[in-house]
Amino acid sequence: MPASTIKSAYLRGLRQGLPFLIVIVPFATLFGVVASEAGLNVAQVLGFSFLVIAGASQFAAVQLMTENAPTLVIIGTALAVNLRMAMYSASLAPHIGTAPFWQRALVAYFLVDQAYAVSMVDYEERPQEPVAAKIAFFFGAITFVCPFWYGFTLAGALIGASIPPEYALDFAVPITFLAVVAPMLRTLAHVAAALTSIVLALALSALPYNLGLLAAAVAAMAVGAQVELWMQRRGIWT
Amino acid sequence: MSDTTIWLIIVLTGIGTFLIRFSFIGLIGGRQLPDWLLRLLRYTPVAVLPGLVAPLVVWPPATGGETDPARLAAAAVTLVVGYLTKNLLAAIFAGAGTLFVLLNVLA
Repeated sequence: MPASTIKSAYLRGLRQGLPFLIVIVPFATLFGVVASEAGLNVAQVLGFSFLVIAGASQFAAVQLMTENAPTLVIIGTALAVNLRMAMYSASLAPHIGTAPFWQRALVAYFLVDQAYAVSMVDYEERPQEPVAAKIAFFFGAITFVCPFWYGFTLAGALIGASIPPEYALDFAVPITFLAVVAPMLRTLAHVAAALTSIVLALALSALPYNLGLLAAAVAAMAVGAQVELWMQRRGIWT
Repeated sequence: MSDTTIWLIIVLTGIGTFLIRFSFIGLIGGRQLPDWLLRLLRYTPVAVLPGLVAPLVVWPPATGGETDPARLAAAAVTLVVGYLTKNLLAAIFAGAGTLFVLLNVLA
């Protein structure tokens, strides 16, 4: 296959990934700030962004750390936030499942929301592209996104301590999460799941070890799925 | 929380997240997930994140757990702007701006 196909796929991915920097830069900086305010040292803050590379779950873990939740509950909640990525993995598999093992392992490591979103659009527009070109597109998409995620996490960690208290940074995590969730409330099923999660998390907040949140999350997933089924039966699911 | 515990959390969350991402492209291949499982996975973010946030909004640790109108208003503005614009940054700035104005300018 011509090298130009691969090169143009890579450059296309690069271009598609660029606009996300507008979100990545402040989001990563904020994580660095919040995590260092929570008492993590610079190596630990950076370790999060290098080893996990999943913003929402990193914020969730740090928040639960400040609440002194048990280790297993923190890990369980952070992983629950990332379960959606199993869905990403499943939908990418038909496109890149035959690539060499090391390439698939690297794709898995870098499988962030933004790279998934642009790659799926490109793969569906160009189903006939060779696997090598599809892999090249993916690496193009993460070329700036992931290094910026690391770099601005570090920047945030370094400036973290110098931010004065009147900026009410305690509320940065709730605001960030609400901003992440609000655009996801696309259907009645998503709204029902979110409401279930809120009501049960508040009602069960007295449960020990932050178990109320996990119970609320499991119930909310079931409610979302049931409402989706109900909407399908009524013919109003799109 | 000790340094060892913090690193344990970081490393295990990292390994677990990698395995979730690797699951299908790495090991299972192009096989289809059952519908009921896909349906549950679709709701994980909206099932976890609102529950995590709700107590922080209603009983903020910064006020000693006392409900704070400024923080409630900031949360509401973030949600509404995020829902209407579908824009993460617009929602964050609107919410943070609301909180800053209510706490520092009007107070």
